[in-house]
Amino acid sequence: MKISQIAIFMENKPGHLRSICRTLADAGVSLTALSLADTSQYGILRLLANDWEKARDVLAGAGFVVNVTEVLAVEVDDKPGGLLALLDILGEANVNIEYMYAFTCKLGERAVMVLRFDDSDKAVAALQAHNVKVLAGPEIFRNV
Amino acid sequence: MKKLGSLKESPFNPASAMDYLPEAELRRLQLGRLQESVRRAYHDQRCGQLKSRMDEIGMTPGDVKTLEDIRRLPFMTKTDLRDTYPYGLFALPDREVVRIHASSGTTGKPIVVGYSRNDLDVWTDAMRRGMIACGLSENDVIQVSYGYGLFTGGLGAHYGGEALGATVIPTSGGNTERQVMVIQDFGTTAICCTPSYFAHITEKAADYGVDLKKTRLRVGVFGAEPWSDAMRRHLEEISGIQAQDVYGLSEISGPGVALECLRQDGLHIFEDYFYPEIIDLETLEPVPDGVEGELVITTLCKEAMPMIRYRTRDITSLLPGRCGCGRTLRRINRIGRRSDDMMIIRGVNVFPSQIETALLRIKGLSLNYQIVLTREAGLDQMEVKVEMTPDLLGDRIMEIEEVQKAISHSILSITGIHAKVTIAEPKSLSRSEGKAKRVFDRRQL
Repeated sequence: MKISQIAIFMENKPGHLRSICRTLADAGVSLTALSLADTSQYGILRLLANDWEKARDVLAGAGFVVNVTEVLAVEVDDKPGGLLALLDILGEANVNIEYMYAFTCKLGERAVMVLRFDDSDKAVAALQAHNVKVLAGPEIFRNV
Repeated sequence: MKKLGSLKESPFNPASAMDYLPEAELRRLQLGRLQESVRRAYHDQRCGQLKSRMDEIGMTPGDVKTLEDIRRLPFMTKTDLRDTYPYGLFALPDREVVRIHASSGTTGKPIVVGYSRNDLDVWTDAMRRGMIACGLSENDVIQVSYGYGLFTGGLGAHYGGEALGATVIPTSGGNTERQVMVIQDFGTTAICCTPSYFAHITEKAADYGVDLKKTRLRVGVFGAEPWSDAMRRHLEEISGIQAQDVYGLSEISGPGVALECLRQDGLHIFEDYFYPEIIDLETLEPVPDGVEGELVITTLCKEAMPMIRYRTRDITSLLPGRCGCGRTLRRINRIGRRSDDMMIIRGVNVFPSQIETALLRIKGLSLNYQIVLTREAGLDQMEVKVEMTPDLLGDRIMEIEEVQKAISHSILSITGIHAKVTIAEPKSLSRSEGKAKRVFDRRQL
């Protein structure tokens, strides 16, 4: 249910993202989604990869500082108000979203939101009570 | 711990009998040697500097009748060495000078020092006795990872270790991968290097999956740069060694002017060779024991280049009372700062060792850091750069900002200065294999 997300520390320097992608490409790791949080000095790149353990190992081996955290991938309707419906549920359940990012994958009329919660178990319970589909790893990587 | 248990302190060691000379006898010995040293410098110094300065104040070598009379003698400074470059302060003809060393000058010409055969023996003996004080013996395998060459660190530790009868491995500095291999494969029990280089070795060892605690390494003899007590505890914890402080400077001889005994309660000065004074930085008058000031040293046996009241720029105090180890040699406090290293930031005196102490309060930081000073709109700015480590990284910016705040707060509480804290990539700050360069002053004055 929970998906392992890789977080990588990056100084703001030209060519940096490229060397991360080169490392992953050389290892044959495929990316499904990514998001970058940045400040003027540095950023944190977060990504979902089909083989997160390999991604973590090759990046750490290449000298990057890598951390693994758990996130949820949640389906929403790919139409106006789709995300709003999800946020209503989470708001009612009083679950705090630390951050989120979206990607569309070939799952039909739906988009996928990747969310990081302070309490992901509580979030899962709230979402499932409203029949919102929380995706497992294989489902989101299947079509990549 | 098995390794530390093997360090035993004996109440009296005949191999370093001079460390235990009764005080009255030591003072008598010092006076005789001081008189000879002043005579030698006065008559034989090639540039005649001491003679002209003593003549100016109407003093002759014969006026040194007690140890207290040393206070009337003029000081020598680093500038005097530069002004008489290279051999002006030598007091022996070239044929009796058997070794030259030089310290890298940060600006312009280096400082050149010379040694007679006897000077080398004195230096070696001081280092040998210092190693005994650190718990080393002929059974030890000493890896000398100080640089060999013009710098005195390598050869000083080398000959001291050999005189002790230990097995000496002259790895010199650099090639850190090989340093780790030697520690592991050659059964190194003690290592001599700068504390910052040892910190680097511990990092590399971790990278290679070598647990230093499982090697035979049990003692580090670290010096040539100021390092904090927090750094000492850190190095001891991660490598399972006892980290001993060694003090020395090439102007006086080299490493081995003073070393810690196993009590780690100040560094014993080898007073039969070196006469210490502490002076007030402003009045230049000697201060009582326990009061901090600049360390001034007079060489008592140096032939090739006698140094009379040399101002070391190192800030310390003479510890009152006798050490529990039984040595009669007086002790200086660990040198946390050099007046040369002092940064004046917005009028406040700040030392790199204070920043180090502040950083070591934060869990998970690497030991490498840099201090960059700049001036913006007429105001001094201090930036402290540290490296990101897996222990500090979460997946949110907020967590990094909290670390930055904690570091900044820690620096503020110790120095009173607000520092900008920058988190750099791992291993991106330069590593030194000798004396670490931590401060980059880019202020345009």
